[in-house]
Amino acid sequence: MTSNTPESRASIWNPNRQTNKLIERVVKWIFGAFAFISILTTLGIILSLIFETIAFFIELQQLDGKQIWDFFFDGRWTPLFRSQGFGIFVLISATIMTSGIAILVALPIGLLAAIYLSEYANAKVRKVVKPVLEVLAGIPSVVFGYFALLFVTPLLRSFMPFVEPFNALSAGLVLGIFIMPLIASLSEDAIYSVPQSVRDGSYALGATKRETVLSVVLPAALSGIVASVILGVSRAIGETMVVTLAAGQNPRLGFNPFVSVQTMTSYIVQVSLGDTPAGTIEYKTLFAVGMTLFAITLSLNIFSFWFVRRFREEYE
Amino acid sequence: MTIYEQGASDKSQAAESAYKIDLSHRYLIDNVFAFFTWLAVAIAIFVLLVLLWDVFSDGFGRLNWQFLNSFPSRKPEQAGILSALVGTIWVMVTVAIITFPIGVGAGIYLEEFAGNTWFAKLVEVNINNLAGVPSIIYGLLGLQVFVRLLGTVPEQAFGVNLTGGRSILSGALTLSLLVLPIVIVATRESLRAVPDSLRQAGYALGGTRWQVVREHVFPLALPGIMTGTILALSRAIGETAPLITIGALTFVSFLPEGLRDSFTVLPIQIFNWVSRPQKEFHTNSAAGIIVLLVVLLLMNATAVLIRNKFQKKVT
Repeated sequence: MTSNTPESRASIWNPNRQTNKLIERVVKWIFGAFAFISILTTLGIILSLIFETIAFFIELQQLDGKQIWDFFFDGRWTPLFRSQGFGIFVLISATIMTSGIAILVALPIGLLAAIYLSEYANAKVRKVVKPVLEVLAGIPSVVFGYFALLFVTPLLRSFMPFVEPFNALSAGLVLGIFIMPLIASLSEDAIYSVPQSVRDGSYALGATKRETVLSVVLPAALSGIVASVILGVSRAIGETMVVTLAAGQNPRLGFNPFVSVQTMTSYIVQVSLGDTPAGTIEYKTLFAVGMTLFAITLSLNIFSFWFVRRFREEYE
Repeated sequence: MTIYEQGASDKSQAAESAYKIDLSHRYLIDNVFAFFTWLAVAIAIFVLLVLLWDVFSDGFGRLNWQFLNSFPSRKPEQAGILSALVGTIWVMVTVAIITFPIGVGAGIYLEEFAGNTWFAKLVEVNINNLAGVPSIIYGLLGLQVFVRLLGTVPEQAFGVNLTGGRSILSGALTLSLLVLPIVIVATRESLRAVPDSLRQAGYALGGTRWQVVREHVFPLALPGIMTGTILALSRAIGETAPLITIGALTFVSFLPEGLRDSFTVLPIQIFNWVSRPQKEFHTNSAAGIIVLLVVLLLMNATAVLIRNKFQKKVT
């Protein structure tokens, strides 16, 4: 055909550079604005938490006989009752307890599983087990909440009848299973990236495989392992559905794992499910608790970042 | 034996014990250790199987057409997940429409345009930090910004309601912010996998950066980007806490007709049923979980399929 004469396709040979440059500039600006959204998100989080938290503290001081430090030292957390108490440590103690149990479960299992996958398993087993861990990691947390409340708790109560129907133990155990795949997969990456020459050096000195793994490979991968554990702890602290369903809504100070407690996250859920009008002090507690939660996870994040930079082993 | 000799023999004994070869003992401990690492994996798989078995044995009998096609009800045997299922689809489609262009655009900007500027570094550090923020905090952000600032407040002041308050749009925007970092990171990784020689060739022909990205780099990176987007959506579909916080309803007996209608989603319906005391509702929640897991499985299978089918090896 003669339709494709040079004249009809001349535009290809004479590109409009002015337009192209303009389009390039516009695209760059739009995409830059999209990237800026992530910074806006952080700003939005910080601003919306801070404003309501400040409003909370101002209002707290106007209540009869309340001071700012009641937020930190009061032994009661009862903002929704008539005799209001605002001791955040009640919620923090429950959060520490459930996350503590979780890490006691997740750390040994996750780390050993990571060692198995990177040091002992052959390629075939690895190919099967890794996706299984990924499936476990992809299950929504509300499903783990179901599992904790309706499977693990009855199981615990069958041989420990003194355990309450809602309890921190069952929530913590299942929370541990929930964060275990995260610790396993990140630790495995860290262990796997330790170069083979390091292991060979240890074998050459007459160490057995276990001795090599425990005293050479693990220390070499330490920064990555610690980072994965901190990320796991931070995930456990912020996790909501498991603790809301299995640990209950009973704000109690102390560290008894067999009774019902209320974590920071399950308090936020409790208030959100109720009809608390905006502007009241009960509504503002949402953000004061959220701010505390955010501050804790952020400091864990920063610590992990610092630790990794400080202790990372570089191999050539 | 002189004292000196005794000391020497003590020393050599101490030395001997420090360098005890005793291989059989060490190998025994080795085997015990290896067994424990194996046991940890076995426990993980066992728990997964128990969990699936528990949910399926509880809920499979409840799964039928009536369950899929009914609204929630006070009577457990009549209750169904229709509104939750439709709400989930609404929210997911909206999240996909919002996240895909923004996430991919931001990823392209950071990888292809920004280079090593302070802005790019700031965004990068920021994305790392956002990954550690608990999802319920995003819920508080959504409550404050999308529900109040863009919903209730302008409605009271001017009578215009941008987001509809506790609506599908507010929920989808909140979830979008939550999963955006996943899409951005996935986009950057798939762009990085495209070899530089391809870009050089494009520039050599006189293309602008954007033309090269649009015509050559982006199509090659697309399968990876799609995989990342689907994984981000499958994360969003299971999120419950942020939607509870912005005030998605737990009892919805109508179908949403627009973005500014109130809604519920599968995880919230499941949460609602689990937290009731009656055993029949627990059965319903188990059946709801099966539906949720099947949807998740389908999404993950699609992601794997895309990755395997379209990811050409570029060398």
